[in-house]
Amino acid sequence: MGRRTPLYDRHVAAGARMVDFAGYDMPLQYSGIRDEHVGVRERAGIFDVSHMGEVAVNGPGAPDFVQRLVTNDVGRLVPNQLLYSVMCNERGGIVDDVIVMRGNRDNHFIIVVNASTREKDVAWMHEHAGSDVEVTDISDEIALIAVQGPHAADILEPLARMDEGAPGLRELRPFFATGLSLAGVTDAERQRISRTGYTGEDGFEIYIDSERAGQVWDAIIEAGAAHGLLPAGLGARDTLRLEAGLRLYGQDMDDDTDPYSVGLGWTVKLDKGDFIGAAALRELGGTPPRRFVGLRLSPRTIARHGQTVLQDGREMGVVTSGTYGFTVGTAVATASVDPGFDRDGDVAVDIRGNVAAAEIVPLPFYKRPKGDG
Amino acid sequence: MADLSEYRFTESHEWVHVESGVATIGISDHAQSELGDVIFIELPAVGVVLKAGDKFGTIESVKAASDLYAPVGGTVTGVNDQLADAPERVNADPYGEGWMIRLNHVDNNAALLDEAGYRAIGGS
Repeated sequence: MGRRTPLYDRHVAAGARMVDFAGYDMPLQYSGIRDEHVGVRERAGIFDVSHMGEVAVNGPGAPDFVQRLVTNDVGRLVPNQLLYSVMCNERGGIVDDVIVMRGNRDNHFIIVVNASTREKDVAWMHEHAGSDVEVTDISDEIALIAVQGPHAADILEPLARMDEGAPGLRELRPFFATGLSLAGVTDAERQRISRTGYTGEDGFEIYIDSERAGQVWDAIIEAGAAHGLLPAGLGARDTLRLEAGLRLYGQDMDDDTDPYSVGLGWTVKLDKGDFIGAAALRELGGTPPRRFVGLRLSPRTIARHGQTVLQDGREMGVVTSGTYGFTVGTAVATASVDPGFDRDGDVAVDIRGNVAAAEIVPLPFYKRPKGDG
Repeated sequence: MADLSEYRFTESHEWVHVESGVATIGISDHAQSELGDVIFIELPAVGVVLKAGDKFGTIESVKAASDLYAPVGGTVTGVNDQLADAPERVNADPYGEGWMIRLNHVDNNAALLDEAGYRAIGGS
């Protein structure tokens, strides 16, 4: 038996199929991946992502420490702003991809990390933290609930009472967070809602005390019923994130992948001052060893992680993620390929001995319509 | 719940139902549930001759691709063309509308499990 999130009993009661993910018993699906995927794109879905890790960084040295830890420039964050980044080792390999949230008081940050890398990340942070920085793994105290889809704001707004002086929920900008009381649950210290997600839709992520998570989950489910809200599992989370061109650590990248090779060079700010891996990344910048591309296949051939990508019959790369994109209506994949590949040439994937034609396309595969949310 | 008393099962989770010398073949409820949303099913052409245990197709779900094995031998006389446009029928009704192929000139296969035997290995 794996670890359980505070919402485990609710998933089982809702008939979810549970699977092990990074040591947690997590819902793979409730009504079905297709149903949940389409539900999120057209209405809204609620996800338990409490397995994600949260690390608090406090102390007078916190701003400099976080700036050294990640590749993106956290120096430009204002209070309650979030930033996607990677955290590299000295060789420029990706230790993890993270979200950095600057707290609303001085010298306070929350770093959101992947469940599968939580122990490694926390050890890495401790190893690099000076005596003026306090690194605390608060993952077990914090539950994380994501509400995603075009109706997300409609569902949450009636439940939310924003902090004094804070904008309304609907006015919260992407990659900003705010404190709030939600469904009567208040925790000024730690409770936050951010306009972020992992689906390509408008949506919110709610950081909440583990012990109060059930109450909030129930209230959102109840309020969402009239808006067609569905509980959604890790299966739909994966098909949604892949359509949206979002990377998955452990599958698209690992400790030996540099950010340029996985299309995350935009998170590397070499001019911000020194940080871990900067020297190696400066050298790599012009000529990364791999390129990250999107592949579109026929609806009848799903490419999977690890399968070989071919060009003119020669091996030129490997599939990092692949699935069926229910919204784009065909199989899609991402691949790590030799930088010498011919962008206009024919490409195929070796799917268990069958050579399946593919087309190199720009990421993301899916972009939500403008003016929606 | 379908009446499965006349159905026989393989350990690889296919079922066969023989009626008047014609064998109808599909996958079990347990198999569709484990696979999750079915995206595509590759099936043989009419006229193909199969031996018991031969691979007769492939089923792709969001989670995985799996080979399909014939529970009995025979000649393919029918293929469920509906599955090309609506593969989700395998999820919704694995013992009915989600059938895959029909065979005649069926060779019996004594190694098949009955419903109780299939349940005993975790099937349903």
